[in-house]
Amino acid sequence: MRTPLYEDHIERHARMTEFAGWDMPLQYTGIAHEVGVVRTKVGLFDICHMGEFAVSGPRALELLQHVTTNDVAALAIGRAQYTLLCNEKGGVIDDLIVYRMAEQDYLLIVNASNETKDFEWIASHNTFGADLENQSAATGLIAVQGPMAENLMQPLADFDLSKVGRFQIVSGLFAGLNCRIARTGYTGEDGFEILSRMSDCPAIWAALLECEKFGVEPIGLGARDVLRLEAGLPLYGYELTDEITPVAARLMWVVKPGKGEFIGRQAIMCAKEAGEPQILVGIEAIDRCIPRHSCEVKKDKAIVGSVTSGTFSPTLGKGIAMAYLDKDQAAVGNQVGVYTSGRTCACQVVSTPFYKRI
Amino acid sequence: MDTSKLKYSSTHEWVFAEGDTAIIGITDYAQSELGEIVFVELPEVGIAFDKGDTFGTIESYKTVSDLVTPLSGEVIEINSALTDSPESVNDSPYDDGWIIKIKMTDPGELDRLMTQKEYEDSPKEH
Repeated sequence: MRTPLYEDHIERHARMTEFAGWDMPLQYTGIAHEVGVVRTKVGLFDICHMGEFAVSGPRALELLQHVTTNDVAALAIGRAQYTLLCNEKGGVIDDLIVYRMAEQDYLLIVNASNETKDFEWIASHNTFGADLENQSAATGLIAVQGPMAENLMQPLADFDLSKVGRFQIVSGLFAGLNCRIARTGYTGEDGFEILSRMSDCPAIWAALLECEKFGVEPIGLGARDVLRLEAGLPLYGYELTDEITPVAARLMWVVKPGKGEFIGRQAIMCAKEAGEPQILVGIEAIDRCIPRHSCEVKKDKAIVGSVTSGTFSPTLGKGIAMAYLDKDQAAVGNQVGVYTSGRTCACQVVSTPFYKRI
Repeated sequence: MDTSKLKYSSTHEWVFAEGDTAIIGITDYAQSELGEIVFVELPEVGIAFDKGDTFGTIESYKTVSDLVTPLSGEVIEINSALTDSPESVNDSPYDDGWIIKIKMTDPGELDRLMTQKEYEDSPKEH
């Protein structure tokens, strides 16, 4: 599948890659350069492949309370909440953001790779009769991330972006088009995500790139993965799977058992009580090497875990990774070896995020 | 570097031979396949290698790959600038991005390497 920005990516000679069935830009100039643009200026991301669902009506809140782990009742109008869909065993079906647009009107943004699975899951549990609509095909999404994001966007907005706080969302005209703009993202930088009609995306994209103000550049999925790792943010399919509980993934801050019953609650409470054998930690390379996805982690000669995602961090100048480690090996400062292509990469457990701005 | 004067290996190294010394690097095709290089691990000067030995590693965002010497010999010089500027291998694979210089023990091995035309026509594996 192609987003409406596909032609523009090709014209810019982006190196393309297949992701979740979509032809997406992997990189335009280079990963290190693109990461630097987002960390110091502002970058644009075509994330039209992501899924958007509308949940509305008098029973919307009940449905969302039942299928997500966070407390949707605590979500004020115009605010956003990071949350999880879990199965009965407490495994993570997906991580997502819920936006409350109006009294009985919610928007969910889910991973592209899970769009169909998530929608079917939510629909199959909609015994409440909430209005549920998959709007992914008609909804475009462009992320604008970096310290200059607000400066770049303000002249195109008919409202004051400085009044849109972190994890807030507003509706208004942007580049003369009806949009919803949220101060959320997946990079560890300040920035916004612009929801529009899919067909309006090329005009918004072009308006943002016009004159290359503030050094804005388009950014590919390669740099996006590095940015989210530096920010210590999990990626579904790597740090999160339907076998992994929020206890192991250290995401209990978005699980609110006090709100009442929800799918997976009991299993998650049991896992919390019993403790998980392995938990997610950040590790950084001491040697000049990159701990990579699926590499074994060893302490002395024993296997004590495995790497879920790893990369070179151009911001920190070293290899970084996230890994599931045996609980007794998870303390910050613990030195471990990551086995990559027949070599040992000396690493140590560190606290995440690796990089923090916001 | 005049790339038409170089010899090439099937593992995508190039060789510039002069007398009994040879400079070794990786080809433009190889650096392009690796993508942005972030680490180059170099051998110490004085170490001897046989043809086909791994003499170092090169690591990019995408993958880590062995550096294989297409010639036997002793390392007499390394491009230590690559430690701080590994991107030279991407930007200038035939000049600033050279990797090691060796004293050949069997210059006859050069005859088994490919010419530029043979290398360009050879099937490329990923």
